[in-house]
Amino acid sequence: MSASRFRFPHVEMPEVAVQLRAEVREFLAEERASGGFVPMADCWASAMSPEYSRKVGQRGWLGMTWDKQYGGHGRSFLERYVVTEEMLAAGAPVMAHWIADRQSGPQIIKNAQPHVRDQIIPRIVAGDCFCAIGMSEPNTGSDLASVSTKAEKVEGGWRVNGTKLWSTGAHGCDYMITLLRTAPPDAKARHEGLSQFIIDLKSPGVQIRGIADIGGQVHFNETQFEDVFVPDDYVLGEVGQGWQMVVGELALERSGPERFLSSFIVLQEAMRVLVTNPSDKTREVLGQLVAKIKTLRRMSLGIAGLLEEGSSPEMEAALVKDVATRFEREMLEKLRSILPAHILAASNGLLPTLLREGILRVPSSTLRGGTNEVLKGMIARQLGMR
Amino acid sequence: MSETDSIIFDTAQRIFEDLSTAEVINAAEDGQWPDELWQAIEEAGLALTWIPEVNGGVGASLMDGFAVIKAAGAAALPVPLAESLLAGWLLAKAGLEVGTDPMTIVLPEQAGDLVWNGERLSGTVSAVPHARSVRRLVVVVNGEGGQVLVVDPAQTRIESKRNLAGEPWDTVTFDGVEPLEQARLPADTDLDRARAAAALMRCVQAAGALGTALELTIQYAMERVQFGRPIAKFQALQHSVAAFAGEVAAINAAADAAAEAMARNNAVDGEAWIEIAAAKTRLEEAVNEGAAVAHQVHGAMGFTYEHRLHHLTRRLWAWRDEYGSDVYWSRILGQEVLNWGADQLWPRITAVSDPR
Repeated sequence: MSASRFRFPHVEMPEVAVQLRAEVREFLAEERASGGFVPMADCWASAMSPEYSRKVGQRGWLGMTWDKQYGGHGRSFLERYVVTEEMLAAGAPVMAHWIADRQSGPQIIKNAQPHVRDQIIPRIVAGDCFCAIGMSEPNTGSDLASVSTKAEKVEGGWRVNGTKLWSTGAHGCDYMITLLRTAPPDAKARHEGLSQFIIDLKSPGVQIRGIADIGGQVHFNETQFEDVFVPDDYVLGEVGQGWQMVVGELALERSGPERFLSSFIVLQEAMRVLVTNPSDKTREVLGQLVAKIKTLRRMSLGIAGLLEEGSSPEMEAALVKDVATRFEREMLEKLRSILPAHILAASNGLLPTLLREGILRVPSSTLRGGTNEVLKGMIARQLGMR
Repeated sequence: MSETDSIIFDTAQRIFEDLSTAEVINAAEDGQWPDELWQAIEEAGLALTWIPEVNGGVGASLMDGFAVIKAAGAAALPVPLAESLLAGWLLAKAGLEVGTDPMTIVLPEQAGDLVWNGERLSGTVSAVPHARSVRRLVVVVNGEGGQVLVVDPAQTRIESKRNLAGEPWDTVTFDGVEPLEQARLPADTDLDRARAAAALMRCVQAAGALGTALELTIQYAMERVQFGRPIAKFQALQHSVAAFAGEVAAINAAADAAAEAMARNNAVDGEAWIEIAAAKTRLEEAVNEGAAVAHQVHGAMGFTYEHRLHHLTRRLWAWRDEYGSDVYWSRILGQEVLNWGADQLWPRITAVSDPR
């Protein structure tokens, strides 16, 4: 059925993905039962566990779509989708490997020097090497073209000075894919003079300072670079092509299941309470929430299907991110409206803890990866309004 | 879509564009049957999209029929094409012949509203779309499973009423009427499932109508100049329209998912039931948010009868409530979810994409 500006085709998972789903579920059930993890709200941006990520790597569930010749597993986007959505739905601590697996790895494979690629990719696949994103800065926010951290050409490489901000998980990462200014800003060509670098976070001159979020937890960071030397072969792609690379990278991360499932576990655990003497209001709210989740999954998975076919539905992906991230806030608020008061006010227990964490994390949903206001501007541009 | 199938869709779009004009829609609201439009529909065989060739139909897929219904909604079509398609589908299910005349569906909200004693039909049903304009009423009653009865509207008393879109939404009284034809529905279809199919029909129409409302809104924002520039250049307005686009995308995804679920087994089976409940539940916010932005952007101009925006927004407001509002369907879906329980919630959500 067409006749619509937006396309989210039905995706039928291949048999191999269905088998994989069963394996992942079994793994998650065992891990949770054996205390391998306690489910967390907003798990992909708040639950860091290198041990867990290594186990995921050992199972062959990192770098799944990457070519075997680079150390990946050569599997389909849909198989990767199954693994990621299962782990999110379980509230598993996927944060350590999330960025490397989602966007840094593909970027490195596409744009890094072969020997650098061969040195990093197999370690990411093994769950032994984690990456952070160094895009935003103190005076940059979502306006990435305004970055001022600069890389100056020196003998054999580049000297980096400046500060990157809001890099999720950088304190536990090995590398940062960093957007730097390699030529002075030009007001007439704001998107030029930017380049992407792979920076080894153990290099001399790198200082990472954790920033506590409103819940007092350190998930993101300020990373300072003081005369940090980056060898020439750690430039990603061509010097000056950073903007194009970043734009492509961001488009890739917009429509994944993490945009609406990051706190799904809260709903699942709330159900254990809600099944007792449900009111009509409880039915209505659960109906609304599940209707929305089903719709968002159809949209998100539809995009994965289009990516699998080789199309790049940027407009649809941006719409998914906007609708999905707003849903994340709505879900927790709607759940509050039907949960008993003693659960909401409780000081301990899995569900009260998940709810509290979820509520404290929710402002981040519509900020990370670019605010929804910037996103809406992009949607308006694609609609022809700008 | 196969080549033949896209011909059906293209034909439908062309006919609707040419003949479902603002004047025709307004005249229809004033009680004037758009003869030329229906004749074109009849000649193109659009009302027979869902009827197998052995029953005198076109034998296209259910999805092609839904594409026609979406296009009908997008054009605010003032004739019962969607209703004729659904009526024909019910007749074909029961093994009855189907003609090209306009038909409508009579699906009582309460099964007890109609009494069928095996020979004669009695009772009153309100909220029957286009009853006054059709040649045949296709009635579904329960009793020994679902029954389909074909009734000549001349044998009934029809009280003309309207929904809030001004579409015919009549009350029909059957005083011991003998149906023209009668047959038993297969086990997979009864009154509740027929009403669910009608709810889906409204979702698909609404997905089309909301898409047109978005296009009109974008176009108007680009043309209308205020404070020295097109209002599309104001950020506040861009953000509203972007959110509107998200709602259009969402309801299209939800309606398509439900239509595909019904097409899979040519029935409102358990899975289709859930998908329809989800789509009709999701429709409310899409309509509420989308119509609000459409009107806000169009300003006072879009609030006039003269502007065609109301052809879409009024239908959207009517359709979200017809064949079960979001409150009705969210309770049904919510109860299903409670029946699944916490541990089956996620597996039931993923089952949609996994082959059975």
